[in-house]
Formats: sequence, structure tokens, C-alpha cells
Amino acid sequence: MNYRDEYRDRELVQGLADRIGHLADRAGRTMTFMEVCGTHTMAIYQYGIRSLLPPGVRLISGPGCPVCVTPNEYIDRAVAYCRLPETIVATFGDMMRVPGSSSSLMAERAQGADVRIVYSSLDAVALAMKNPGKRVIFLGIGFETTAPTVAGSILAAEEKKVGNYFVLAAHKTIPIPMQLLSADPETAIDGYLCPAHVSAIIGGAAYRSLAEGHGVPCVITGFEPADIMRGVEMLVRQVVEGESLVENEYSRVVQWDGNRKAREVLERVFVPCNATWRGIGAIPGSGLAINERYACYDAERALPVTAEEPREHPGCRCGDILRGKITPFDCPLFAVACTPESPVGACMVSSEGTCAAAFKYGR
Amino acid sequence: MCLGVPMRIISVDGSDAIAEMDGVRRDASLLLLDEEVRVGDYVIVHAGFAISRLHEAEARETLALMREAFLPGSMA
Ligand code: SF4
Repeated sequence: MNYRDEYRDRELVQGLADRIGHLADRAGRTMTFMEVCGTHTMAIYQYGIRSLLPPGVRLISGPGCPVCVTPNEYIDRAVAYCRLPETIVATFGDMMRVPGSSSSLMAERAQGADVRIVYSSLDAVALAMKNPGKRVIFLGIGFETTAPTVAGSILAAEEKKVGNYFVLAAHKTIPIPMQLLSADPETAIDGYLCPAHVSAIIGGAAYRSLAEGHGVPCVITGFEPADIMRGVEMLVRQVVEGESLVENEYSRVVQWDGNRKAREVLERVFVPCNATWRGIGAIPGSGLAINERYACYDAERALPVTAEEPREHPGCRCGDILRGKITPFDCPLFAVACTPESPVGACMVSSEGTCAAAFKYGR
Repeated sequence: MCLGVPMRIISVDGSDAIAEMDGVRRDASLLLLDEEVRVGDYVIVHAGFAISRLHEAEARETLALMREAFLPGSMA
């Protein structure tokens, strides 16, 4: 796949920057675009994309890091599970260090809890099969990219008759919060760089009402520097020309219809529900709950636990970061009290968190 | 955690594949894929599942169009 380097070609990226500059002059006003994908956030900092853009084009980060938008009450519940006897909590690695109200999975493991990092939900099912005397609780978080993989693990558990595998599900869907944030006059978003791999599942049609109904340009964009610059160029062009469409820059991976099979698997297991987003609050219909048919795999229904009353960390401004209101540099704790080694908030923990990306590349 | 990585399929056994990139090998379930893949194809692997094919021809075409439009000296 030697063309990957060509998507990083300096001359091409500079050519795109020049074109964006010309177009931005024609717009005659500042434009603000939001990316809603942690991998974009990381790439934008890593490649110094902001420094290539003219002053009239602002990029802000939104609620695109799945670990970051997971509220404290979820972490607290996961902590409560790992304190149960004969219980293994299995999770993606990013969740380990996220501080809950008074503990984290990492701290619990240091106290002797059995918390395992897995690469895939299927590894958690295998773990359950290997430990028939224990219950395995998998922490199911993530957007439309991850939700079908977790649905797939539940189907696999059913097929293999695994009775000790449970999912603590808090999956979220992206288009509704995008709609919500675009209506906020304070951030005044002129367009979205749409998340690439979420779009591989949901397809371009999922943004249609946002673009055509609400007048917000949407461009599905890949992760290489030329992809991101081209995505921005397409957004600027739409603004200049007074259009608001869904465009697909990342056609090498994203089909217009998305991935129907993955959506079918998702819909077999999950139903839409209300969900709480860190920093944004409750958003009706923006989450995915395990349906009746698979209730026996739902940790919350099969094994209810009581968790502590959730508390936020005083001083942490993750909530404002996730709504695009401030940048990490506006948080007084950034790089002082809050670093990747001792994170105060979720946005500093996950490698895709805006604060972590700014810490690693942004200074 | 949301990382989706482009990888090359190096073996397929029913709905289980092994994919590789830069010397790293991963199991990649094909259960969510609605396109058929063969050894040598590129896919995006996310959390143990192939979630989409990466079409090389399309990748090159996008590049060619961008070069034509945005490389210095070009007119578009
Ligand atoms: S720098 Fe730390 S404390 Fe400040 S918003 Fe980010 S995660 Fe929260």
C-alpha cells in the first residue's frame, strides 16, 4: 500500500493549503469546522494541520472520542462490577486509567480486582469460555464502528452457548449530537469533518438531514494529511458557494450506503435509547441498549449493581472541550495538574482525547 | 480505541481471517463485512473485525484527481 505516503506528500498538502487560502479569502469571514472523530483529532495535531490553514479557517474538536464522552456514572458502575467476587471485567485498554468519581479500573486492579485488557470483544467471549466458573463483564463503549463488533460478540456467545458473558453497554450514535451541537450559536459550526470509520458503517445518507435539512455542510474525510486538507477544502468550497451537501472524500473505504451487514448485526442486538454524554448531558435516542431478545447478556439487567453517586472532578473542563467551546490550552489544569501520567479528566487519558493529543503534539 | 487500521488479508478460513500491516498480525473476523475479500485485499480492521474494504483503485484515483487539481502549476 505504497500510496499511503502519497497521501502525506508535502507538495500536495501545500497545494491544498494554497487553494484553501484562496477560497477562504473569497468567503471574507471566519469559518469554523468541527471534527467528530478522535482519530481526526489526533491526526490534526500530529500533522500540524492547523498551522497550514489560513486564519479564516478554524478547526475545533467535538465529542469524537468514545472513551471521553463516557460519563463518570459508567466508570463507577464498571468499578462496582470489578469489586464483585468471581468476576472478570474485560475492557479496551483506553478505559483503564479513566478516573471515575473516586476510583478507576487501574486503581481497582492494583487492589486485586481481575480486570483484563482485550483487543476485541471476541477475546472477552473466549475469556468467558476459559473461565466457566466466573462471569466476564465486557465494557461495551464506542460509536457505530464498535457497536456492531460488540453485537457480533453477543451473537457469538449465543451460538457457542456461553452463559457467563455479559456486556455493560453504553454505545452511542453520532448524528444526533452533531445536529444538537450545530444548533449552538456560541460555537457556530459551519461544517463537519464527518468521522471516517463511523461513516463506513452508517454511510453518507446518515448525515443528509443535517446537511440538507439544517444547512450544515458535511464531508466524510480520511485520516491522512491530504485527506484532511481535502476535506477542509471541500467544506470551505461549500460555504463559499452557499451549499450544504454530504460529500465523501474517503471513497476508498466509505461506500455511500455504508456497511449494511454491520448495521444488520447491530440492529439484531441493539435498540436506540437515551444516552448521557459527558459534557453534553442526556440526548434522547443517541444511545444503543441491548434489546429484550438478548437481555440475558445485558450486565445491567442480568446482574444489577449499585454504584456510588457520580461526581465530576472540580476544575476539569472536559465537558467544554467535548462541545468545542474551549481548547485544552484554555484549561488551567492542562499540562500542570493534568498530564497523561496523572490525568484529571477523560480527555487526557484516551490517546484520542483532545487534551492528550494537544499534550503530545500541540505544544 | 476507535482506531481502524488498514491491513492486508494474508489468510482466510471461513469467516476468520488473519491480516497484517507493517509486520503486525491480527485476527480479523469477517462477520461484519458485506463484500467478499480474498488474500491480498486490504481491509480496515477495527477491534478484531474487518469493517470495510479498502479499494486500492479508488485510492489511486482520488490521489490522481487531487494531484491534477492541487499540485502547483495545475489549473482547476
Ligand atoms: S486538561 Fe485535563 S483537566 Fe483540563 S479539560 Fe483536559 S482532561 Fe480535563
